[in-house]
Amino acid sequence: MVYLTRKAEFSASHYYHNPVFSAEENRRIFGRCNNPNGHGHNYTLEVTVKGAVDARSGFVVDLKQLKEIMTREVLDAMDHRFLNKEVPEFLTQIPTTENIAIAVWQRLAPKLQKAQLHRVRVYETPDLFVDFYGEP
Amino acid sequence: MKAHLSRRYLFSASHRLHSDAMSVDENRSTYGKCNNPYGHGHNYRLEVTVSGPVDASTGMVCNLVDLDGFVEREVLSRYDLENLNTLKEFAENVPTTENLCVEIFEILQRGFPHAHLEKVRLEETMMNSFEYAGSAEPRK
Ligand SMILES: [Zn+2]
Repeated sequence: MVYLTRKAEFSASHYYHNPVFSAEENRRIFGRCNNPNGHGHNYTLEVTVKGAVDARSGFVVDLKQLKEIMTREVLDAMDHRFLNKEVPEFLTQIPTTENIAIAVWQRLAPKLQKAQLHRVRVYETPDLFVDFYGEP
Repeated sequence: MKAHLSRRYLFSASHRLHSDAMSVDENRSTYGKCNNPYGHGHNYRLEVTVSGPVDASTGMVCNLVDLDGFVEREVLSRYDLENLNTLKEFAENVPTTENLCVEIFEILQRGFPHAHLEKVRLEETMMNSFEYAGSAEPRK
């Protein structure tokens, strides 16, 4: 089994708010991230796939295809977007780094053929990141 | 769904690697320059990984305010700008980065109630890093 990791970057804005909570609870739980005008981050995405090395190509996955899938499924949807208003998952879920990692996984997993998704890592800043392994 | 959240922190501290159980020569040959009597310091980079179900109402494994507050109070304020050799946990125990990494893991494991502690990773310099996950293997 060989593991391969591809990185990408995207920039997006978001804010944290749960309509079920009162205004005061929202402020207490989410702090400054509750500002409804949003704020932005440069996210770094790391997608790790695993698989056997194909005897003919010598590849675990065709990197060009992986890159295209990541661009089509994730970057085109999230780069330079206001996540809360423009990305369907985040109309109903809060666009935390945790939920972004899960959304990226769910967008990529069904599109990959030979290689299997191992881990999605999303950096919100160099000092904060989330790993999702597809665990229930 | 279960996710892993990692947060990085910075602190600076000095230490001297020296064991009273060893002779002067053995200390010298084991620890080299790190045995210099007046000690030396590092900018340590600490990476704490916790895991748990992503709370449906907050979208979080745990609130960063809780994690940052705990690490600030129990770890950074204890070690930042200190001489590690003067602390009680290193009275008998050599303050290697291995031992410091285990110590920080145990502080978090004992006291942090808001998520499951997965792993502590400690970078002593850009060239050396250490990971400890208690009885588990660190996840890759
Ligand atoms: Zn943010």
